[in-house]
Amino acid sequence: MLMTNLEHVESADAHKKVLEENENVMICCGRMGPMCLPVYDIMDELKDTYKNVKFLDMDFDSPDAHVIRNAPECAGFMGLPFTMYYKNGKAVQATTSIQNMDQVNSILDEQFGKPE
Amino acid sequence: MEDIYDVIILGAGPAGLSAGIYASRAKLKTLILNEGTVGGQVILTHEIANYPGVETTNGFQLINTMKKQANDFGCTIKANLNITGINLSDKIKEIEVNGTDKYRAKTVILAPGGKPRTLNIPGEEDFKGRGVSYCATCDGEFFTGKEVVVVGGGNSALEESVSLAKYASKLTIVHQFDHFQALPHYVDMAKNNPKINFIMSSELREIYGEASVKKVKIENLSTGQESELKTDGVFVFIGYSANVGKVADKVSLNSRTEIIVDKNMKTNIDGVYAAGDCIEKRYRQVTTAVADGTIAALSASNYLMNQNN
Repeated sequence: MLMTNLEHVESADAHKKVLEENENVMICCGRMGPMCLPVYDIMDELKDTYKNVKFLDMDFDSPDAHVIRNAPECAGFMGLPFTMYYKNGKAVQATTSIQNMDQVNSILDEQFGKPE
Repeated sequence: MEDIYDVIILGAGPAGLSAGIYASRAKLKTLILNEGTVGGQVILTHEIANYPGVETTNGFQLINTMKKQANDFGCTIKANLNITGINLSDKIKEIEVNGTDKYRAKTVILAPGGKPRTLNIPGEEDFKGRGVSYCATCDGEFFTGKEVVVVGGGNSALEESVSLAKYASKLTIVHQFDHFQALPHYVDMAKNNPKINFIMSSELREIYGEASVKKVKIENLSTGQESELKTDGVFVFIGYSANVGKVADKVSLNSRTEIIVDKNMKTNIDGVYAAGDCIEKRYRQVTTAVADGTIAALSASNYLMNQNN
């Protein structure tokens, strides 16, 4: 179970619904581990800046996390967390392992546009 | 004119947050600036059973409570930023963030904590998440049936090696010394595991691969001879160091690059205090960090009171 300040994606159905209802989505799929927590924290920090992006996390050990674990964009990934960026329901970028604020900002700006 | 804070605290681990709680509760205008995740190293601790007054908890919960306490007393916390300039020598101290924003304060408390050591060798950053890992619990399963190298010789390295050996087909520990620093219990566990091999007095020099890690270059420190070892992954467990890089030329450090403080947590600079794992001390626990942060905040408060009188 993830203990973060982010909204959690609890199931494959919820994952599908989030993608249907939001144009820009970032989901960090991980555990409460040293490489994952910094990414959750960065997302929590950025929530108020990127109001056009929906920030969520998903428990890597949840059976329904296969929607991210087995995504083609994550093939070859060997480090948690797997972080997915979706635009209009389609995965546009994925990263593996820890990312810093600059790396996350850069992807958000590139994929979803700079915040106003 | 921009506001001047009474206290700026650099770092948001237990020491920094405790200082933030005490300073803001003393009605000091307090700002915590933190380069990474709020919480520091303790946030990764799964179980904390010896924090007095708190029944078994975990690092995340403990830190979240500390953060809430600091916020509730009026402390501002800004995290995940890059501290690009520090001026401690003037009476009004100045901290520059992200190359643009400047914050000024009458006192500064340094609480940057410790940071995990990295190898700093070619290939380490390139293959992060594609074979290079710092967490066996997180990433071990990705190496099921694969060969891995573990770098380190302390308790974490040997304990994590035994954990990783459940997944890996073969595990080689590479350690820079001819003996381990880990407790005998951990050494025995590793030595008794048939999957675990040892390469002593050696260091990794490079990590190679294509889409993922394929091999490493190892130097024998006794002979200077270099060799290559085929591997699918590299796990790095080489301990922590005081995270004082950004203040190393500003405050006095000891030979282990720890900040020297007096009993009031004061550094060699008036109005500048330090607390937590960055200071010269023997025992590094959450409880000692909290105590350091408390003393630093009260000392800063006392300094400000004397300045005003």
